Amino acid sequence: MAKSALLKSSIAKKYWMALTGLFLCLFLTGHLLGNLQLIFSDAKHFNEYALFMTSNPAVKILSYLTYISILFHAIDGLMLAAQNKAARPVGYAKTNPSANSSFASRNMAVLGTVILIFIVTHMVNFWAKMHFDKNMPLAQQESMQMPGQMEFIGVPGSRVPSIPAQGKSLHEIVDEVNKQAMAQAQAMGEKNLEKAKKFEVEGSDAIKDLKKGEIIFKGYKDLYKITIDFFKQPKYGLLFTLLYAASMIVLAFHLLHGFQSAFQSLGVTSRKITPAIKFFGTAFAIVVPALFAAIPVYIHFFLK
Amino acid sequence: MASKKNININLKIWRQKNGKAKGQLVDYKLDNVSTDSSFLEMLDQLNEQLVSQKQEPIAFDHDCREGICGMCSLYINGRAHGPDTGITTCQLHMRMFKDGDTIYVEPWRSRAFPIIKDLVVDRSSFDRIQQAGGFVSVNTSGRTIDANAIPVPKDDADKAFEAAACIGCGACVATCKNGSAMLFVGAKVSQYALLPQGKVEATQRVLNMVRQMDEEGFGNCTNTGACEIECPKGISLENIARMNREYLKASIK
Ligand code: HEM
Ligand code: SF4
Ligand code: FES
Repeated sequence: MAKSALLKSSIAKKYWMALTGLFLCLFLTGHLLGNLQLIFSDAKHFNEYALFMTSNPAVKILSYLTYISILFHAIDGLMLAAQNKAARPVGYAKTNPSANSSFASRNMAVLGTVILIFIVTHMVNFWAKMHFDKNMPLAQQESMQMPGQMEFIGVPGSRVPSIPAQGKSLHEIVDEVNKQAMAQAQAMGEKNLEKAKKFEVEGSDAIKDLKKGEIIFKGYKDLYKITIDFFKQPKYGLLFTLLYAASMIVLAFHLLHGFQSAFQSLGVTSRKITPAIKFFGTAFAIVVPALFAAIPVYIHFFLK
Repeated sequence: MASKKNININLKIWRQKNGKAKGQLVDYKLDNVSTDSSFLEMLDQLNEQLVSQKQEPIAFDHDCREGICGMCSLYINGRAHGPDTGITTCQLHMRMFKDGDTIYVEPWRSRAFPIIKDLVVDRSSFDRIQQAGGFVSVNTSGRTIDANAIPVPKDDADKAFEAAACIGCGACVATCKNGSAMLFVGAKVSQYALLPQGKVEATQRVLNMVRQMDEEGFGNCTNTGACEIECPKGISLENIARMNREYLKASIK
């Protein structure tokens, strides 16, 4: 038995399952509202939203709370499942589980594990790209000055509001300028060519002026394009869309039992509120995963 | 109901010499079972047959045989206390079965209910939970006041009475996929927490009973609700929620 105060008893563990589970329900709601912009808004607004979500300090705190909740919920849940398994070392030869309980209520750990696998792959596909991928493409728009030309748009606060893209990446543009500067320096008889470099790409979305040591341009990472391309890719787009939708069905079952169960775990029940909680929980468990799943389905089958 | 008076049945019954021995399901055939007999009377009939064949009779628990003592158990065809609802095994009748049926009879399965012999399990873990806090301390010097002198709201009295209907049979543990005893403990905690006499020791009671429950090796509730459906006394899940509230209150005190 764990001795830590947080994990000390069966009932305390259940409080934590319920609190983290309900917090994750809030997270799902927020995440869904963001994702729906893929359908109901445009690339520009979606990418602005994506930047906000990765840079705003308040959002940062919430996102760390979410990571911790998922980890804690998963570890606590699997620990409980292991203890429950150990509580019946010899099983029955004949059982009739559907006579007294729902499928979802009996399979929370299995459903949760599938969700965990989904969350990890989902983060590799989108979250990690947005945060760490050095080759993340930047959002472009048609230039106002030179119609027909594409340019990278600077986020508010950039010293340079836009940079002509001409089909090149930020790296290629910076390399070109540096090469020119270095060639010039070489012609002047300079030995240390590295010192002649003018700019440097910072992360995947910003240009740093090496002389002044400050960021002069920052663009929008094109998460919109990454998402659309992911679900529209010719070879695996359909498979990914179906896997995503299937994961949402699993989530629906987890929530179908989990939402109302959390209130029972916390002791929040009464003749008046329990029917309302059950009704709302059922609606939440169906509507939220269905809307999540509708987004890749729309992208794959209907967009453009 | 069944028109036929007597039926022939096949039984698959768990036999195990003692706690350490390896047990197994053994097949029996029993003819001429009256549909009016109770399940335990059917087992009596089988035991008479076994004794006449010079075989060891099947050990099973029972006492009052009228559904009030909580002594009988048995996991019958995958259901605690068998296919009927709201009754104990001793109140289950053979009219619930058809001629030619195969009936599985297994003991309660729980780490905290070790098998003593055949279908008899040791439920003293429940006693130890009860001893950890399922009581009200009173001075018995002879000057105790009459319980009815303390007014109790009717609603609370009813709820406490419903919780007190628990007979400690262990069907909730047996049927729970997690082997959790929370319906039993919830009923015992509620029975006292709802009454003014019980409120005095409420904090220590719930902490101690839950600690004992965990130490005995029962599982954790996942709110499947199976216990509520199989409980012969209709103890409601509401009692688990009340225990959860009481435990939270006691933990932050
Ligand atoms: C967005 C993701 C998730 C949400 C919104 C969510 C929500 C919930 C809720 C509300 C409960 C009910 C808590 C209670 O009964 O007190 C629950 C239970 C559970 N969850 Fe999750 N969950 C999520 C992901 C996961 C993951 C990744 C796992 C990993 C294995 C998991 C495993 C479990 C288990 C085992 C239970 C049953 C716990 C018990 O009743 O003892 N869940 N979940
Ligand atoms: S709660 Fe019901 S099933 Fe559990 S021990 Fe009490 S009477 Fe038996
Ligand atoms: S023998 Fe007493 S309740 Fe069944």
